[in-house]
Amino acid sequence: MAEKVAEQKVEAKIKKSESREVKEDFGSDQEVRWCPGCGDYAILAQMKRVLPDLGIPREKTVFISGIGCSSRFPYYMNTYGFHTIHGRAPTIATGLKLANPELSVWLITGDGDGLSIGGNHLIHLFRRNLNINVVLFNNQIYGLTKGQFSPTSPVGKVTKTTPYGSLSNPFNPISMALAAGASFVARTIDRHTKHMAEIFRRAVDHEGCSFVEVYQNCNIFNDGAFKELTEAETKLDTVIQLEDGQPLVYGKENNKGLQLKGFNFEVKDIRDEKDVSGLHVHAEKTTNTAYAYLLSKLSDNPEMPTPIGVFRKFDEKPYEIKFHEQMEAVKEKKGKGDLKKLFLTSDTWTVD
Amino acid sequence: MTTKSSKELDHVTIRFAGDSGDGMQLTGNQFTRTTALSINDLSTFPDFPAEIRAPAGSVYGVSGFQIHFSSEEVHTPGDKADVLVAMNPAALQASLKFIQNNAVIILNKDAFTPRNLKLAGYEEDPTENGKLKGYQVYSVDISRLTQDALEDIELTHKEKERCKNFFALGIVYWLYTRKMEPTVEWIKKKFAAQPLWLKANLEVLKAGRNFAEATELFRTSYKVTRAKIKPGIYRQVTGNEALVIGLVAAGEKSGRNIFLGSYPITPASEILQMMSHHKNFGVKTFQAEDEMAAIGAALGASFAGDIGVTATSGPGMALKSEFLGLAVMTELPLVVCDIQRAGPSTGMPTKTEQSDLNQVLYGRSGEAPLAVIAAKSPADCFHAAYEAVKIAVQFMTPVVVLSDVYLANGAEPWNIPDESSLPPIEIHFAQPDKIYEPYRRNEDTLARQWALPGTPNLQHRIGGLEKENITGDVSYDPDNHDEMVRLRAQKIQRIGDFVEEPEIFGDESGDALIVSWGSTYGTVLTVVEQLRREGKKVSFYHLRWINPLPRSLKKYIGNFEKVIVPEVNLGQLSKIIRSEYLVDAVNFNQVKGLPLRVEELKDAINKIIEAG
Repeated sequence: MAEKVAEQKVEAKIKKSESREVKEDFGSDQEVRWCPGCGDYAILAQMKRVLPDLGIPREKTVFISGIGCSSRFPYYMNTYGFHTIHGRAPTIATGLKLANPELSVWLITGDGDGLSIGGNHLIHLFRRNLNINVVLFNNQIYGLTKGQFSPTSPVGKVTKTTPYGSLSNPFNPISMALAAGASFVARTIDRHTKHMAEIFRRAVDHEGCSFVEVYQNCNIFNDGAFKELTEAETKLDTVIQLEDGQPLVYGKENNKGLQLKGFNFEVKDIRDEKDVSGLHVHAEKTTNTAYAYLLSKLSDNPEMPTPIGVFRKFDEKPYEIKFHEQMEAVKEKKGKGDLKKLFLTSDTWTVD
Repeated sequence: MTTKSSKELDHVTIRFAGDSGDGMQLTGNQFTRTTALSINDLSTFPDFPAEIRAPAGSVYGVSGFQIHFSSEEVHTPGDKADVLVAMNPAALQASLKFIQNNAVIILNKDAFTPRNLKLAGYEEDPTENGKLKGYQVYSVDISRLTQDALEDIELTHKEKERCKNFFALGIVYWLYTRKMEPTVEWIKKKFAAQPLWLKANLEVLKAGRNFAEATELFRTSYKVTRAKIKPGIYRQVTGNEALVIGLVAAGEKSGRNIFLGSYPITPASEILQMMSHHKNFGVKTFQAEDEMAAIGAALGASFAGDIGVTATSGPGMALKSEFLGLAVMTELPLVVCDIQRAGPSTGMPTKTEQSDLNQVLYGRSGEAPLAVIAAKSPADCFHAAYEAVKIAVQFMTPVVVLSDVYLANGAEPWNIPDESSLPPIEIHFAQPDKIYEPYRRNEDTLARQWALPGTPNLQHRIGGLEKENITGDVSYDPDNHDEMVRLRAQKIQRIGDFVEEPEIFGDESGDALIVSWGSTYGTVLTVVEQLRREGKKVSFYHLRWINPLPRSLKKYIGNFEKVIVPEVNLGQLSKIIRSEYLVDAVNFNQVKGLPLRVEELKDAINKIIEAG
C-alpha cells in the first residue's frame, strides 16, 4: 500500500515536472521563518515570480547561501539548495558551477556574509566572472545575531556593539563589485518590486557574473534605513532609475538631471528640452570602470540621488566556459587520458 | 697507474650536498635512477633549504640529497651517510651531523676559499687543521678539473662551473661501479636543443669518472650487487607523485571527474601543479584564492557530482576546519590530503613531522568524526589516495589522507600495478523515478544517497544546520540531534567492516609490540627486523586507517609486556592507544623536523624492554 502511494507520488511529480512551472512550484514545503514585515519576503516573492518565466527547470536551478537571515533563502525554494557556512557561499558556488556549468546558480548573501567574513571570496568570484547570479541583501546591520553594525552601516551608527557610534567607513558594494571586475552590476530595492523582478531577469540573462545589491529593510534592528528611498513622498526625489541610452533624469516631475562636470556629477534643474540635452546619457555597456564608479559613489552623497538599475554590463566569456574549453583543448592535444600510460611515464625498469 | 681493488658491500648511504644552485637534487636523482636500473633496492630523501635563492655559500642555503641503496630490502633513506659529497665548506658544515664518524668525504677543494670558509662559519680550513680526523677525506679540485675538461668548449668560465656536479657524479659512478649510460642518455635527451651544454655535461661526467679511475687518491671501488626484488615493472616515485597518480586513477575507475581545489602551500603545492597537467583525464584543477575557497570549491563540486579533493598542509588544515565540519554535516564525499610539516604555525615548512593527527581527528566544532588514512611510504601514497576516494564515495564522508614532507619528497621504486587489478569504485546515485529522502541511509554503510543537481524530481536542500534523519528537513529536535550525532559516528566506524586490516609483523605475543602510523613505517620495520634477527621478542603493528581504528589491534595488544608507540610528535597516537585499549603505552618521540633514525629507535626500544 505504502509502495503504491509512493509510486503515485512519483508519477504526480513526473507529470508535474513536464507541465509548465508556476510560481507555487518554486516554493518548498518549509515554513518561512523570517520576522513578520521583513524585506526578505518581498525578495522571495519576486524570485518565485520571475523564475517560472525563465524557462529554466527547477532541477537545473541551485540556490547557494552563506549564513545570516538572507541565507535561509535556499530552504524556501523548491530547487536544489545548499546553505553553507559564513561567507563561503561563493566558493561552493564556484565548485558547483565548474563541476556542472549547465546549472543555473544563484548565490544569496548579505552585507555581513558577503562583504565582511566573505569579502575575499566575493571579489574573486567577480574577477573570475563565473556565470553566477549574486544577490546581496543589504540591510546595513547584522540581523541574525541581533543587531551589530555591519560593513555597510554608516559612520556614527549606534548598534549593540557601537553604543557610542560606529567609527568605521562603510563599504559601497556597487563600487566594490565594479572595482573587482564584475561584468554585471546592478542595484534594486525591496519595496520596488517590479524593478526588482526586472533586474533579476536581466541578471539571469547576463552571461557572466551578475551582482545585484538589494536594499532590504530589517524592520527589527535597522528599521527605516532606506525609508527615504521607499516612501512615496520622497522616493522620486531620492532615487534615480538608470536606463540604458537614456539621460540621467529623476525627480517628482522628472524635473532634475545629472550632468558630468570634471570628475563629479552635478544636479541640473530641467525646465525644457534644451536642458535635457546637456544631461549625461547612461551607457551601461562598457568595460570602462570610471563612469560607473562615479555613478556608484552618488549613493554615498546625501545631496545626490541614489541610482538603481544596471550600473555596468559587459560581455566576456564566463570562466567556467573557458575552463571547460581548456580541458577539451588539452584532451584534443594529448588524447584522452590513458591510465596505463600515466603509470608508465618517466623511466621504468623491469625486474624479472 | 696504481693497482685498484674492488670490494662488495651490502648497503651504502650517500649524501650529496652543495649550494642550492649546485644541482645536487639533479645529481642525486641521476645517481638514484642509475642505481634503480642496476636493480638495487633504494630509498631517497631530499633535504631542501626553505629559501628559494639563498645567498651562495651560506649554510642555510645548502641543499642535500640522500640515497640509501642495497642488495637487500631497503625501507628508509638511511640514518647517517657512509659517503658525503660536499661541494663547498657550507655543505660540509651543514652535513657533518648527518654522516658516520668514519664516513668518506669527497670535497670540492676549489670551493674552500677564505670567503666561502667564512660564510660557512669556519675560522680555519677544516681540511687542514685536523678537524676532519676520523673521516676519510678526499680533497679534489673539482672546479679546476671541470674547467680543464671544458677547455675547448665555448662556454664562459661561469657556465663551465655549472657543470661541476657532473664531475662529482662521475667520481661517484666509478666509486660504486655504476654504468654511466643512463645519465649519458638523459643528458642527450635533456640538452638535445643545446648542443654546447650537451657536449659540456657529457665531457665533465666522463672526466670525473676518468679522474677517479686514474688518480691515486681512490684505491678501492665498491660494488653493491643486485637485490632480490619482486618481479614487475618499476619506476621511481615520490610521495606527492604517487598521491597524484592515485587520485587520477580513482577518477578513472569511478567514472567521475576529480575536482582538485587547492591553494599553494609547502609541501603540497606540487600536488596542484602535477594534477593541473592531467586535464585529459577529466581532472579539474582550481587554484583558489585561499585555503577555505579551495575546500569550498571542492565541496561544491562534490555536491554537483564530481569527486572533490583538496590538498594542503597543517596551517591550511586549520583554515579548512569549518568546512570539514560542513562536509561531515552534509555527508558529501570529499578527500582532503594533509601533507604534514613541522608546526605549529608556520613552523618549519620544509621539514617533516607527524603532528597533525590531533588536528585532523579533533580539530572541529561539535562531534565531527571523519575518516583518516595514513600513507606509510612514498609509493603507498598511491594506494592511500585511491582508497580514500573509494571510501569517500562509498560512505559519503570526508576522508583525510595523511602524508608528510618525508613521504612527499622522498622517493622509492614503485612496483607499478596493472590498472585492471585496482579495486572497483562503484557509485549509486539517487534515481529520479524514486522518492528521494536526502538522509535515508544504506543499511550496511549508513551512507546517505547522492542526488545530483540537474536530476529531475530530486530537488533538495542541504546545509550546515542539523537535519532530520531521513527527510533532511531542518530540525532542532533533541532526540533527532542525539541520533544524528551517533549515526555520523557509527558511519565512520562502519568503514572498518569494509577495509583491509593491518597484519601483525612478527609473533602474536611477546615482550614488546611496536604500534606506529604513517611515515615512520620504514624505520620501525627496519628496527623490528633487526631486533627479531637478534632474537628479541618484538612485533610490529602499523596502522593504516586511524579512524576507524582497526579491530584486530585489540586482539594483540594485551599479549605483549610492553606497547611502544614511536612518533614524530609528542605522543598523539599514543594517547589514543592508551585511551582506546587501556594499556600503559610507552612513547618514543622525536620532533626535530627529521624522520626517526633506525639506530636511535633501536636503542630506545632495547632500553624500554630491558627496563622491564
